[in-house]
Amino acid sequence: MPFDPTDLLAADDPPHSGGYADDSPRFGFFTDTSVCIGCKACEVACKEWNHVPDDGLDFTGMSYDNTGGLSANTWRHVAFIEQSRPAEPIDLGMPEFTRPGDRGDGEHSEFRWLMSSDVCKHCTHAACLDVCPTGALFRTEFGTVVVQEDICNGCGYCVPACPYGVIGQREDDGRAWKCTLCYDRIGSGMEPACAQACPTDSIQFGELDELRRRADARLADLHSRGVGDARLYGRDEGDGVGGTGAFFLLLDEPEVYGLPPDPEVTTKDLPAMWRHAGAAALTLLAGLAVTFLGKRG
Amino acid sequence: MVPDAEFRSYYGRPVLREPTWQATDIAGYLFLGGLAGASSVLAAGAELTNRPALAMTGKLGALVAISGSTAALIHDLGRPARFANMLRVMKPTSPMSVGSWILATYGPQAGLAAVTALSGRFRGLGRLATFGAGAVGPAVAAYTSVLLADTSVPSWHAGFRELPFVFVGSAATAAGGLGMIGAPVAQAGPARRAAILGAALDVVASKRMERGMGLAAEPLRTGTAGKLLRAAEILSVTGAVVGGVLGRRSRMAAVLGGAAALAGSACTRFGIFHAGVASARDPKYTVVPQRERLRERESTAG
Repeated sequence: MPFDPTDLLAADDPPHSGGYADDSPRFGFFTDTSVCIGCKACEVACKEWNHVPDDGLDFTGMSYDNTGGLSANTWRHVAFIEQSRPAEPIDLGMPEFTRPGDRGDGEHSEFRWLMSSDVCKHCTHAACLDVCPTGALFRTEFGTVVVQEDICNGCGYCVPACPYGVIGQREDDGRAWKCTLCYDRIGSGMEPACAQACPTDSIQFGELDELRRRADARLADLHSRGVGDARLYGRDEGDGVGGTGAFFLLLDEPEVYGLPPDPEVTTKDLPAMWRHAGAAALTLLAGLAVTFLGKRG
Repeated sequence: MVPDAEFRSYYGRPVLREPTWQATDIAGYLFLGGLAGASSVLAAGAELTNRPALAMTGKLGALVAISGSTAALIHDLGRPARFANMLRVMKPTSPMSVGSWILATYGPQAGLAAVTALSGRFRGLGRLATFGAGAVGPAVAAYTSVLLADTSVPSWHAGFRELPFVFVGSAATAAGGLGMIGAPVAQAGPARRAAILGAALDVVASKRMERGMGLAAEPLRTGTAGKLLRAAEILSVTGAVVGGVLGRRSRMAAVLGGAAALAGSACTRFGIFHAGVASARDPKYTVVPQRERLRERESTAG
């Protein structure tokens, strides 16, 4: 079959478009931030299981978030946002008498927390995977995107390529690191460490189709209960990265959580980029050829 | 018009991770790669038109520049000992993979062209290598624009249509500058014209690029990048005028103009590099244009 480079960009059905069997389902995370309590059990579990080195302990002044953001050494990051606006009480399924934000007299407190556990999105069209020159980044049989640490030569190209600022380069080690969606655990039929540790099921792991069904039902439920701010992020397969394997239910605009509002995989413009670069190269060749046409001297 | 810069963010922290690339390595590589690629084209032309000093300058310049740029690339790797992994696969979706293969094709030819010229042996092979390097040279000079543009960095990606022309203009300016320094006035005509054409293309394409970039053009005008790019314009134009015009009669003007052209080209590369880093560091350049895009999509959808 003739090789068509555009096939590489059009592959929109991981893991199958990555060459895996039709019966291998795509796995992912659904992170429902409406039930996140900011316990950071996910951050700890991830660090422990994946043996991720510490990231320093800085005081950031950003509410209860001294982690800062995702990086080579932080694969789950819980964002904390304190907002002066009424909270919509949400049942956490926890043993307590009142729900958070519920004063019990029918009124709501004039304050709400937003907490959200961020993670690698395992994009359908993953920019890090596209631009990796060594093949260290690859698509697994679960439809996830993983770095092979024995191949990565630390070129750093994946770092600015990622539209979410997820993947980073470890300074002392030189290589790129990010969430593997616990490739080792899920390969043995276990849940990823973060999902396993989450006490409220804010982080749900499973087959992507099932998670999407669950998220749609949850969104409809929240909307019917008047939580109009609720929205899904990364659920839409028509977005700039073809939808994500790890997607979210948010209660405010994505940028409030540090997420890009309309992420795009820049490799979608790559054919146009090569065309322009080709035209420029020919311009250089022709322009320099012309410099030899003038009179001698 | 630049869109309204009102936007929300997570404590003002960047959405993107800024590139881990070192400016001296990677901007230096962009400059040296352009210098090498365009110098090889000049060397091939000089070989064909019997300008031995200009040919020698181009060949030696190309070899030194491409060696320096390869060293910079390897130095910038987190795991330099694994540089050979760059040729482990061939991946059209990765500009760095494509670039590695371009360099692997170009480097040995540029080396052969220079070494045979210096030693005076295997002249036929040297001539072939000279033309080969001249043919691949433009790809070396142009592909680096795609390397930067194929990232989420706002000020690198937003100008992806014009950036290749900025880069090849800058490459021609540098190679012209080197040719004016290395070759006597009588042989340096093509180098002078290359510096003039290159500077003109660099300046015109840069202006055009800035106009089309919206908010992402701001980092090109401010801070370190702004200073570098203003210097780049002044130096490149000075190089073209002093070297390209006055250098027709004065060897001194040719050398001074040539140095200005080289410095101008380097400033262009470092300026673009720093503008990108600045645009990744400020969430404004990520959030505002994306919000704008969403609003436009919503308004067209109904």
